[in-house]
Amino acid sequence: MNQHADSSALAPTEARVYQEINYLNADRGVASWLKTLDHKRIGVMYFVSVLLAFLLGGIFAMIVRLELTTPEPTLISANTYNRMFTLHGMVMIFLFMIPAIPGVFGNFCLPLMLGAKDVAFPRLNLLSLYVYWTGSALVLWGVITGGADTGWTFYAPYSTTTPMTLFPVLFGVFILGFSSILTGLNFIVTIHTLRAPGITWMKMPLFVWAIYATSIIQVLATPVIGLTTLLVGIEKVGGFGLFDPGRGGDPVLMQHLFWFYSHPAVYIMVLPAMGVMSEIIAAYARKNIFGYKMIAYSSLGIAFVGFFAWGHHMFVSGQSPFDDGAFAVISMLVGVFTAIKVFNWVGTLYRGAIYVSGPFIYACGFLFFIVFGGMTGIAVATVSLDVHWHDTYFVVAHFHFIMVGAVIMAFLAAIHYWFPKMFGKMYHEGWSMVAAVFIVLGFNATFIPQFLLGNAGMPRRYYMYPERFTTLNVFSTAGSTLLAFGFIIIAIYLIWALKYGDIAGPNPWNSKGYEWLTSSPPIKENFEHTLDYPEEPHTYHEPGEEVEHVVI
Amino acid sequence: MNEIMRTILWLPVQASTFAKSVDQLHYFVITVTMVSSIAVGLLAFGFFFKYRQIRPRQSTPVVVPSVKFELAVVVVPLVFFLAWFVQGYGDYVWYTTPPKDTMDVYVMGKKWMWKFAYPDGPNAVGTLHVPANRPVRLLLTSRDVIHSFFVPDFRIKMDVLPGRYTETWFEATKPGRYQVLCAEYCGTWHSQMWGEVVVMPPAEFDAWMLQQKVGLTERVDTGGDDGPAFHGTLVEYGKKVAMGQGCLKCHSLDGDPHIGPTWLDLYHRRETLETGETVIADEAYLTDSMMDPRAKIVKGYKPVMPTYRGKLTAPDAAALVEFIKSLRSQNLDNTPSKEAIYEPARR
Repeated sequence: MNQHADSSALAPTEARVYQEINYLNADRGVASWLKTLDHKRIGVMYFVSVLLAFLLGGIFAMIVRLELTTPEPTLISANTYNRMFTLHGMVMIFLFMIPAIPGVFGNFCLPLMLGAKDVAFPRLNLLSLYVYWTGSALVLWGVITGGADTGWTFYAPYSTTTPMTLFPVLFGVFILGFSSILTGLNFIVTIHTLRAPGITWMKMPLFVWAIYATSIIQVLATPVIGLTTLLVGIEKVGGFGLFDPGRGGDPVLMQHLFWFYSHPAVYIMVLPAMGVMSEIIAAYARKNIFGYKMIAYSSLGIAFVGFFAWGHHMFVSGQSPFDDGAFAVISMLVGVFTAIKVFNWVGTLYRGAIYVSGPFIYACGFLFFIVFGGMTGIAVATVSLDVHWHDTYFVVAHFHFIMVGAVIMAFLAAIHYWFPKMFGKMYHEGWSMVAAVFIVLGFNATFIPQFLLGNAGMPRRYYMYPERFTTLNVFSTAGSTLLAFGFIIIAIYLIWALKYGDIAGPNPWNSKGYEWLTSSPPIKENFEHTLDYPEEPHTYHEPGEEVEHVVI
Repeated sequence: MNEIMRTILWLPVQASTFAKSVDQLHYFVITVTMVSSIAVGLLAFGFFFKYRQIRPRQSTPVVVPSVKFELAVVVVPLVFFLAWFVQGYGDYVWYTTPPKDTMDVYVMGKKWMWKFAYPDGPNAVGTLHVPANRPVRLLLTSRDVIHSFFVPDFRIKMDVLPGRYTETWFEATKPGRYQVLCAEYCGTWHSQMWGEVVVMPPAEFDAWMLQQKVGLTERVDTGGDDGPAFHGTLVEYGKKVAMGQGCLKCHSLDGDPHIGPTWLDLYHRRETLETGETVIADEAYLTDSMMDPRAKIVKGYKPVMPTYRGKLTAPDAAALVEFIKSLRSQNLDNTPSKEAIYEPARR
């Protein structure tokens, strides 16, 4: 078979061909990677970077969990413990979760899904990666040498009075913000200007819609976290008295500023995850997206109301009861938009032709986690219930259900779905399912006990705890080892597949997503010529075939 | 039923009036959450068995939702969420509104301990004694960073902030000992910042209180690095602070306006400000006025008062507030009366 197979001709008998000259080897040498403007290479470099960050954050999490196996001090000292959960939070959120899906799969897939050659500003794209590396290095160096012990939330006046050095960390977060803004800006312009002829707004893949909504939040909200960390840093270094009441400042103001970014930031993490799921559920069920418009618009809806919900982090901070009520109702609207998506995903499975592989198991897990995590979000937004749960392990479990349960499931599903496209190789599908089962079960075993710990009244960020909480903590730690085991299996078979994996071919899943219309791995220019897009993405019937239309 | 659900969900005992009512909603919300998430998970799994792929590249029908379906997926969750909100917000308003006849206790958090002070005398570190079946209001402040006062058995929690007062209240229903935890991260020994609420039968509590007053010990909350120790009630201490800080050079105690407004009957008086707004002179306003006096100037007075931020410790400020609260014109009336002649001017 011709190596330069016509990428638009996806005949049913298409052979599994490896594109010998592709974006990975078209230019050679380290310099060609470091100076590349290719969105796919930048995506791959993001991939390696965020995986390292995830490994680091995971190690910190395991240290925290091991320490919490017993109520008494065992492994590490109180101050080390405080640094560990600070590191875990900061690495997982700023270094991993925020750039993970947009940085890796946004960069890699977005132009492919739009039939474009690259993003709108390739140089800016490379700059965002360098800014990310700079900020990450500064944060890590700052935490290790300065010993930041504030948690990722930097609440004043604790942060402004702790004897630890904080400025490098705060400045690192400030710098990381620019990476996020540049990526967001780039994607917005790309989606507006680089759609191939035929891809109208209502024919864009739903992943693109999700990235679009995410990018809007990144551009609008990130400046506020930059401002906040800078102000805390200035106060810490110069004693300005903005947040420290001892100098005339207001500590609650700091919380408002912090959550004005950090609540929408949850949607920077979870919206791309929802986008991934829309693609994967359609591809593995071989079904058109049920309620395409509703899913697309609900992404924008979440992005919009997400900006006005921040006060639900402050129900017991002394905020006025009226504010508490208003923030509660707005927060519940996020739940309504999420419910729309969930029902439409389940609807997509109806009368599909489901192919079970690793990603589909993650999708089932995702559906459970997003409903349970989302509904417990509504529960903590119910102000009277939050009084007891606030700052306990219930909240820890809730946001891990969303951030690990939903986002990591989507991240893993995305890896397994697009791995053949990115590297042209297939991993062992059987092992991928084994690992997926480990991860879904291990995740439940880790975090369901934490909900109960919160009910029982164990506050978060506790180094030692009363003995009555021991049983549940032991269960949680046991579950986390199961989770870690699942990740180790994945690492082994994926690395193995990179070298020895079977050739995947352009479209191993027979997916009708637009990004599969090119070779695997794609050539440097993505497509050999501009393609036509006569159909919507994920239309699973052959041209000319009689199609049954159903309305339910 | 209550006991079964409470045990399944690992909830601690219900030792306050608030705990009972809030747990009912908890059961409802969590049950719906569990049922719906399992239902969605099972439905996805069921579809997988029913609609398994038979051959590769299988074609599928185009299924689209009707408007009715889409409306239903919006309306059904919204109805549940709003029902929870209505019930929960009602409870919450009740929780944030202390009744009129509370017993007040001042709480101060500092790294890493809790201090409690009663207006009429005793004080303690770590242990708060309260009567059962009598509402207790806590006025909380911090001496260093933000803490959070959390009693799981009462289902109450309130952040404790430096430089201002927050309040919360509870009515304990069962005599016993209940743990106090700090819920807002505050440094190295955050996880050891524990205290205890000792709930006593009312008669026993009154006897205890009397005993405390007889052998009134040194005020723990004013000792040490906060200044010289003082024996006496919080009101007496407040008077001493007022004289020592020079408050009485501008504020009279007999109802006459001077350079500043009089303190007589000031507590819970409705004051008109220079801006035309009105405020109720409650604990929060009084404390704010000490710390940031020019923010809310009473109409007719000049903004000449200096700030006392940094000059007054948290116990000093609490004592001043108690002193001001004690200044009621009715108290000046010395004729004996058989029955209550006034309703205490409180919310």
